[in-house]
Amino acid sequence: MELLGQQVLAGIATGAIYACMALAVVMIYQAIDHLNFAQGEMAMFSTFIAYQLMLWGFPYGIAFLLTIVISFAGGVFIDRVIFKPIHDAPILSHVVVFIALLAILNSAAGFIWDFTVKSFPSPFGSSPLFGSSLISAHQAGMVCVTLLLLLFLFFFFRYTRIGLSMRAAAANPASARLVGVRVGWMNALGWGMAAAIGAIAGILIAPVVFLEPNMMISILLYGFAGAVLGGLTSPAGAVIGGFTVGVVENLAGTFIPVVGGELKLPIALMLIVAVLVFKPSGLMGRTVVQRV
Amino acid sequence: MLSHKISRRGVALGIVAAGTFAASAAMAQKKYGSGATDTEIKLGNIMPYSGPASAYGIIGQVEAAYFKMINDQGGINGRKINFISYDDGYSPPKAVEQARKLVESDEVLFIFNPLGTPTNSATMKYMNAKKVPQLFVATGATKFSEDPKTNHWTMGWQPSYQTEGHIYAKYILTNHPNAKIGVLYQNDDYGKDVYKGLKDGLGDKAKTMIVADAPYEVSDPTIDSQILKLKASGVDLFMDITTPKFAAQAITKVAEIGWKPTHILNNVSASVGSVFKPAGLENGIGVLSTGYLKDPSDPKTKDDPTLKDFFAFLDKYMPDADRSNLNLAYGYGVTQTVVQVLKQCGDELTRENVMKQAANLKNFRSAVFLEGITANTTPNDYFVLEQLQMMKFTGQSWDFFGPILSSEAKS
Amino acid sequence: MAETTLAPTAGEAVATAEMPRSLRRGGRIALISGIVFLVVAISIPLFFRNFVVFQFTQMLVYAIAILGLNLLTGINGQFSLGHSAFYALGAYTAAILMDQYSVNYIWTLPAAGVVCFIAGFLFGLPALRLEGIYLALATFALAIATPQILKLSPLEHWTGGVQGIVIVKPDPPSWLPLNQDQWLYYFTLAVALILYILARNLVKSRTGRALMAIRDNPIAARSMGINLSLYKSLAFGTSALYTGIAGALGAIIVQFVAPDSFTLVLSIAFLVGLVVGGVGWLPGAIFGGAFVLFVPNIAEGVSKGLSGAVYGVILILLIYLMPTGAAGFVRAVLSRFKA
Repeated sequence: MELLGQQVLAGIATGAIYACMALAVVMIYQAIDHLNFAQGEMAMFSTFIAYQLMLWGFPYGIAFLLTIVISFAGGVFIDRVIFKPIHDAPILSHVVVFIALLAILNSAAGFIWDFTVKSFPSPFGSSPLFGSSLISAHQAGMVCVTLLLLLFLFFFFRYTRIGLSMRAAAANPASARLVGVRVGWMNALGWGMAAAIGAIAGILIAPVVFLEPNMMISILLYGFAGAVLGGLTSPAGAVIGGFTVGVVENLAGTFIPVVGGELKLPIALMLIVAVLVFKPSGLMGRTVVQRV
Repeated sequence: MLSHKISRRGVALGIVAAGTFAASAAMAQKKYGSGATDTEIKLGNIMPYSGPASAYGIIGQVEAAYFKMINDQGGINGRKINFISYDDGYSPPKAVEQARKLVESDEVLFIFNPLGTPTNSATMKYMNAKKVPQLFVATGATKFSEDPKTNHWTMGWQPSYQTEGHIYAKYILTNHPNAKIGVLYQNDDYGKDVYKGLKDGLGDKAKTMIVADAPYEVSDPTIDSQILKLKASGVDLFMDITTPKFAAQAITKVAEIGWKPTHILNNVSASVGSVFKPAGLENGIGVLSTGYLKDPSDPKTKDDPTLKDFFAFLDKYMPDADRSNLNLAYGYGVTQTVVQVLKQCGDELTRENVMKQAANLKNFRSAVFLEGITANTTPNDYFVLEQLQMMKFTGQSWDFFGPILSSEAKS
Repeated sequence: MAETTLAPTAGEAVATAEMPRSLRRGGRIALISGIVFLVVAISIPLFFRNFVVFQFTQMLVYAIAILGLNLLTGINGQFSLGHSAFYALGAYTAAILMDQYSVNYIWTLPAAGVVCFIAGFLFGLPALRLEGIYLALATFALAIATPQILKLSPLEHWTGGVQGIVIVKPDPPSWLPLNQDQWLYYFTLAVALILYILARNLVKSRTGRALMAIRDNPIAARSMGINLSLYKSLAFGTSALYTGIAGALGAIIVQFVAPDSFTLVLSIAFLVGLVVGGVGWLPGAIFGGAFVLFVPNIAEGVSKGLSGAVYGVILILLIYLMPTGAAGFVRAVLSRFKA
């Protein structure tokens, strides 16, 4: 029983990582109606920027803030410059450009900073939380920051003009333009925010999994899984989905005999698929009605 | 009387015959297979410069740098080395394609130190069918060296994973005979190979001593869950068969949860720079492993006279390299070994002779080998390096202790 | 006000490249280019050494796999990121049959096709409920799961586990003066041509039109009496069949199968090849196959350390120049001729 409790807690801890990522994924999905496959690599690259800033002597806090700003600008740049020329192209072409972006970021990071793992500091320290051996201070901090981010986004989208404009631009670009919303810039803003959230996710994740160019690839998968489980239209759902994936994956690995350890990811993903078959818009997504 | 028989014609014929014989004997000294000429030897190499295993790409860079140094010094027996290295992204079909390119398009003399277990598994049959040496494969998988009869053209170099597992078993039986062992292993060829060596080495006691094991996939973000499981199983000796990133995570997690088992880490991850520094040097104090190479980042080696050339090489040809990366010493050691093979070939640079000389290494030492470790091969024993020494991490570097161990296991 | 769906419908989610009518009208041009292609393809082994022939054979294999994906995504509008799974299934079927049951390599192809058809059909059934992004993610999950399923210890007896299976390269028939590589090239070429003709006939038939109707407007299609479930699952099955045969061929020419050969990277490569060739345009598969095989090599030639970045840049530039792939490019050239 104690093991169960420990695994659940460990699952929540890893789930925090997935939840962070899932949040970024949902953010950008809400902004541009596409899944950004390069999200993980963007987050990884941002984390390396933070790493480099600290190597150059900036203290953690300043490096953190600078990275957020740079990532935001980077996100806007990617939208306004790289995606502009193919704005009218079919979705699959967009997907391929995401893939190209992924390849470029991964390769560039490896070239500049090489592929060995690097340690990345945590603002919360790495000692156990209140002396408990179950969850470290950093992991608890991660959970808190994720929830804070969620809260911030909730208020932003519900109660601010810009947030409302962004939602309108994503949901119905034509109508939004009619009421004066600058759709193009709302999209860019969405990209910037997603990039910034990705950067925060990366900075939080790196202390646990260690920084290296390939660190985000598997995490992105789990992030997608969490986002889909929660429903791509719901940031809260994404966060809950992320935690759920973490817990399920851990429990499957520990308690399913023989193949449990070998099939952790597939089991988590199959679970997602099963949920989708019965509730296609995810656990907390809005069921969308298609009018003929 | 007999002098009549030796006519002038006979003498002339005799001189011509002797001359021809001498001339052909001299010419028979220089034999070239594809890729070798009077001035050049073409070597092929396949490394993961991209993809999941790209951290090992630096080995290819070390080798290229070393050959550059050799060429600057005049080459081997007067011939420059043309080192052609291709990326396979750690994908077996890509490795096959690159191997075919090297053999059929670039026409190299042989392929040297190709990296990876699945990738070399894919190309082994082709190399042996084409009779091209697949020399000093960069993997410890036992299968590449264990059958010289069937795979005459394939040879490993580093101590095999099963040898390593055996040695850990020996150490455990001698020093911790009542241990409750828990094994964390990467769920692939390499992890299972070390694990097998451990089990074989423990023999009958394996079943009783190993109380829990936990595999992980390279795609798992963390191995926290596995470590918790091992601790909960009452394990007091933690056998850690992981690659660098996960080894770092393991060391950190073990310290974090306040668990203090005897921690044995496999040799692949025994790099101070790639594993212990990120994990936190204090967290790694007391971790045991085995080694066969000197660690250039160890302050004790700075004044080691035998490593003078190695440091000079790094200063001149790889000044920006991270000295604490053990792959530097690895690349240096394996390249010095192949240079020895080429030297032994002399002017007979055919593929058959390359294999013959590779199977004829007698007590060869590279400066980066630990004292007492030598490379030895025979036509029936393709295991180049079979010795390891136990070492303990002090928080700064590795402290070697005990005798040089070797294993009787061959498969 | 109709609430627009945030999960894109199948029609939106896929490039609705208007069926290149200019291409169909340019029937004579199509015929000529077909003949030119055939002549070039047949003469390749005569002019190039074995290694290059091997590369071209690989290219044909990828083209067949992309053709399969095109049937599902381009013609029927169902997004799939999981075709590496069917490729793997076909490859392992061939490998196990050849290695453990000494089946002649020719028979492994139909066997792989049947196995994959069934698998694709079965996967397509629950996938019916998933649209656009969600289907993409489900197939994504399939692609990720495949290498790990192949490594499972209970299955090791058949799959060889992580070690994989080594296959013996087949010999050409003794009455042909060809070596192994040349024979396999012609064999693959023949299979590719047959599969292409079958696919084209399928697309031009009533079934094809039904599939495209489902892609463009599923609700209208249903109201016209088309059985959506049946057709969509059949599309999945057929697509899997094609990719499975490609997998079997791939296993035979590489002579090796292992879990690491069939990762998500392969699925992504198929997708890239599909878009580069032109979604919905069957002949585009050959361009896609060529891109997937040769461009990474070109990128490595430019810069070993930044090969991924070079590849990405080439890909982006290609999409800028030809947003709808080779299909769009060909269409633009042809309309230039018409004008």
